[in-house]
Amino acid sequence: MIVSGEDRRTDRPVDGRAELDNRSPIAVTEVRRSRTKSRGGIPRWLFKTFSPIGLIALWQVLSSVGVLDRATLASPAQIFDTALQMWQQGRLQDAVAVSTQRVLVGLALGLLAAVVLATLAGLFRRGEDLIDAPMQMLRTVPVIGLIPLLIIWFGIGEEPKVILIALAVTFPLYLNIYGGIRNVDANLMEAARTLGLGWFAQVRHVVLPAAMPSALVGLRYSLGSAWLALVFGETINATSGIGYEMNTAREFFQTDVIVVCLVLYAVLGLLADFIVRTLERTVLAWRPAFRGS
Amino acid sequence: MATSVSRELTGSDTGQYEKPAMVRGLTRRFGSRAVLDGLDLDIEPGQFVALLGTSGCGKSTLLRILADLDGEITGTVRVATRRAVSFQAPRLLPWKRVWRNIVLGLPGKADRARAEQALAEVGLSHRVDVWPKVLSGGEAQRAALARALVRAPDLLLLDEPFSALDALTRLKVQALVAELWQQHRCAVLLVTHDVDEALRLADRVLVLRDGRIAYDQPVEAARPRATDTPDFLAHRTELLSWLGVPAGDSATT
Ligand SMILES: Nc1ncnc2c1ncn2[C@@H]1O[C@H](COP(=O)(O)OP(=O)(O)O)[C@@H](O)[C@H]1O
Ligand SMILES: [Mg+2]
Repeated sequence: MIVSGEDRRTDRPVDGRAELDNRSPIAVTEVRRSRTKSRGGIPRWLFKTFSPIGLIALWQVLSSVGVLDRATLASPAQIFDTALQMWQQGRLQDAVAVSTQRVLVGLALGLLAAVVLATLAGLFRRGEDLIDAPMQMLRTVPVIGLIPLLIIWFGIGEEPKVILIALAVTFPLYLNIYGGIRNVDANLMEAARTLGLGWFAQVRHVVLPAAMPSALVGLRYSLGSAWLALVFGETINATSGIGYEMNTAREFFQTDVIVVCLVLYAVLGLLADFIVRTLERTVLAWRPAFRGS
Repeated sequence: MATSVSRELTGSDTGQYEKPAMVRGLTRRFGSRAVLDGLDLDIEPGQFVALLGTSGCGKSTLLRILADLDGEITGTVRVATRRAVSFQAPRLLPWKRVWRNIVLGLPGKADRARAEQALAEVGLSHRVDVWPKVLSGGEAQRAALARALVRAPDLLLLDEPFSALDALTRLKVQALVAELWQQHRCAVLLVTHDVDEALRLADRVLVLRDGRIAYDQPVEAARPRATDTPDFLAHRTELLSWLGVPAGDSATT
């Protein structure tokens, strides 16, 4: 027969105190107090700049000692020079203006299409039947793959570029707005009805605000695809814009110009992201504040 | 399913005496199951009625029909045109400041002064401008009450408005509802599964069972009500047995 733990315990002294004394000591640690502010040291924002600056410095060193030659990748100093020159010639501003305009026009068209289609599909059963199925089918087509068709249909002027951007914007935005409208809390709709709100007021006060967070996610995403579409669109026979500068530079192996153009794309992308974030902060101020630690 | 739907939502503008709610032969089916089955109910002006019933017996279904949120019925339902509803969850629109929630749906421009007055009544003067998500559970439920009362309803429909609150807050909000009812004197239909709550607040207690009002008795004790009198305890035991809780098992809810 096996002697279980139970049985053995009964052999121990019955006196509670003795029992306590026999227990192995409990290890105790003091809880850590999280510091509210890191006093002294380097401020965080400054610290964060260390690694980018370090990388650029390393790049410059590699160029100066000849590990990186100019035809492979120009040095940061050369790139800065080139950017300055392009600015003085006005090429840089022109390129940015043309490209930004393409994005804005494409974005406006895509935004309009997405908002109208998603609202119709989201609010009306008939609209859903007519619009949603084709949209769900078309969204699986990679927009970039449409470039050959767009060139055949619209030539090589501004239209195919703007339309490409508009298409790239429409689908992510449509899906998110439609999803947002469809996921409106039915309880809130009911509450709105009991408050005597009519159909139009329900849409205005409940459906659209409820769809806004999701719509803004869609906007952020579609801005990302708008820049991608711009880059691709501008490689097709552009005669102006950032992509045009890049293509011309490629023919002459001007890696400095190419990097300047890449930086421009990145800065414009960051700017767009910043605008959406600001929009989110103001439009979605009602959501509980979220802050990373 | 609804064969002879007859809904008349009548206002006081007809001039004649009308009850805030009059229900005749109300039946509501989900599939083949009649959750409400030939139910009759009258509520008198200014009367505070508590509706008890076991979970899933159709209390919310009845309340939603009275709130005109569910029309798939047979029978006749006449309810006051001016009515307001407050649910278990406050259901405030999170994207509107508290005061805008209060006056949403009222005719005319959003009237801040009116919202402030309604919020003061429920003790939320300091919460006029915040977003609803910032409110605590009790505060949000009080705001929902203010939103209901600002409409000066003839009939106030409450669906378990206290059940999501912690015990202390619940007692406070219950007392607030009793106080507001004495000021506004609207008819109240309070859906609850809490017998003590019903007996403390209501003039009349109903038990919904098998799709009908199976029990309908006045509560005559003077207000504010003591919850330890023999009458109260006897009534409590009686109600609990109607709800299928045998005597002796009825500790507290
Ligand atoms: N929309 C619905 N579809 C199907 N069944 C429903 C629906 N709403 C309520 N029911 C059923 O009706 C019954 C009564 O529900 P309800 O009125 O919410 O009960 P309670 O008395 O707890 O408030 C439940 O059995 C529930 O499952
Ligand atoms: Mg219920």
